Amino acid sequence: MSAENSSQQLVDHLFRHQAGRMIAVLTRIFGIHNLELVEDTVQETFLKALQVWKFQPIPDNPSGWLMQVARNRTIDLIRRQQKMSDISEELRLRLQTGTEDAIQQFFLDTEIADSQLRMIFTCCHPALNTEDQVALTLKTVSGLSAAEIAKALVSNDATIQKRLYRAKEYIKEHSIRFEIPVGQELHHRLESVYTVLYLLFNEGYNSSKADELIRYDLCSEAMRLCKLLTEHPVGNTPSTYALLSLMCFQASRFDSRIGDDNSIILLEHQDRRLWNQDLIRWGYYYLNRSSTGDHLSIYHIESAIAAEHCLARDFASTNWKHMLKLYDCLLEYKPIPIVMLNRAIILAQLGLVEEAIGIIRELPGIAYLLKHHYIYNAVLGDLYSKAGNITEARGLLENAYELTPSLAEKKLLRGRIERLPH
Amino acid sequence: MKDFMFVFRGPTPEDLKMSPEESQASMEKWFGWINQLQQKGRYKGGDPLMPGGKTIQGKKPVVTDGPFAEGKELVGGYFILSAESLEEATELAMGFPDFEIQGSVEIREIMKIPMHP
Repeated sequence: MSAENSSQQLVDHLFRHQAGRMIAVLTRIFGIHNLELVEDTVQETFLKALQVWKFQPIPDNPSGWLMQVARNRTIDLIRRQQKMSDISEELRLRLQTGTEDAIQQFFLDTEIADSQLRMIFTCCHPALNTEDQVALTLKTVSGLSAAEIAKALVSNDATIQKRLYRAKEYIKEHSIRFEIPVGQELHHRLESVYTVLYLLFNEGYNSSKADELIRYDLCSEAMRLCKLLTEHPVGNTPSTYALLSLMCFQASRFDSRIGDDNSIILLEHQDRRLWNQDLIRWGYYYLNRSSTGDHLSIYHIESAIAAEHCLARDFASTNWKHMLKLYDCLLEYKPIPIVMLNRAIILAQLGLVEEAIGIIRELPGIAYLLKHHYIYNAVLGDLYSKAGNITEARGLLENAYELTPSLAEKKLLRGRIERLPH
Repeated sequence: MKDFMFVFRGPTPEDLKMSPEESQASMEKWFGWINQLQQKGRYKGGDPLMPGGKTIQGKKPVVTDGPFAEGKELVGGYFILSAESLEEATELAMGFPDFEIQGSVEIREIMKIPMHP
């Protein structure tokens, strides 16, 4: 073995991503009802790689090697099922060649992409609830183990196992087809795919409980799958580009949101020089690509909002007037309290603090929201402090402090409470 | 210089049920270790062993399937290395990546049989 070969590095997450590709191809061959067999076969492929590669130089094309092992194993399995004794040797050989050719087709790059898309669409089948869709996508498309999913979603192993089991059983029992839907159904299915990817990304971006590394993985996985969508004619839509651009803009701020001491840095105080300019450029690029057709998705609006932040040199010079228009627009699509809350923050930035407080006070179900969600307390507390009502501000910020499970948030809130004038 | 054999024992990857990500991480640790041994000019070769096999034993030899050893006692592979001394070989074996997962290394000097006794 030469030193050159052994120092060869594998691409980051090669195994994980290959797992997703292999699972997709093998599912196409064995059927979605055989998902268990498929997962076992993929597992065996990695075992083989593990055994051989530890001792020998890695092949020049590791992903190709893995696919080759999976393919040979598939041919083996199929052959075993095809054993018939009542035919001539000649026919048997011909059938065999036919089978191998057919299987070979599934391993072509374009077919792999197609299979992966089928897998994403199947995982996001509307009959499954969103939590199960997310878990199943991470397992079968992204190649995460149940334990890794549990870590990423801040859940536990048993719960995730149960979800995965339930989802797989459902797919089997209802003979859900492993295919890309067409027509109106495709439109609906794409919507649930977007929802799942958006959730994945936000889970990684916002969850303050999971550790930094796995959160980063979740975000980049959501982006990778979104990119995969854009590369296929079926997923190559303005909304997909809008969602991808939104993710790029958000991800550009990933590193500047957390301080050295693990505290949260608000947008207002972030060092904008730390924002990843490459990602911002990609964000604009995809946002441009998304501006075709006549369908405006929530992702278009949210991406435009994120872009607006990236455009501003600093927090103070943000174009709040334009921002308000975007939020008005978003509110039409998503008339939910959190959007109304964010719109109120914009109003406060425009100097309309009292009006903002009034709007939040009038939010539907505000009593419940204040009782259970720290964010409403935190925002309202800040606005009261701006308006000079320190007593009210202190009470609300204290509530927020009690309600948030996140240590980083607690730290941030404590600082704000201490800075209130006495 | 003397030659040494490292005999690796430990649970099979099958028993460990590693995720793709963990498998890759484990492998990269091995690459790192082998690379280090090569740079020092100590590594001479090595092979993994196939799982399974036969064992023969007894005065009236009986053949049984599979190695007798169970779980973490199973020999998974070996390296041949050169080192100045058993001490140096032991030091080199400290880099073995699988201690964390119940693996072990046996370090043995390979006896050089003189051509002309």
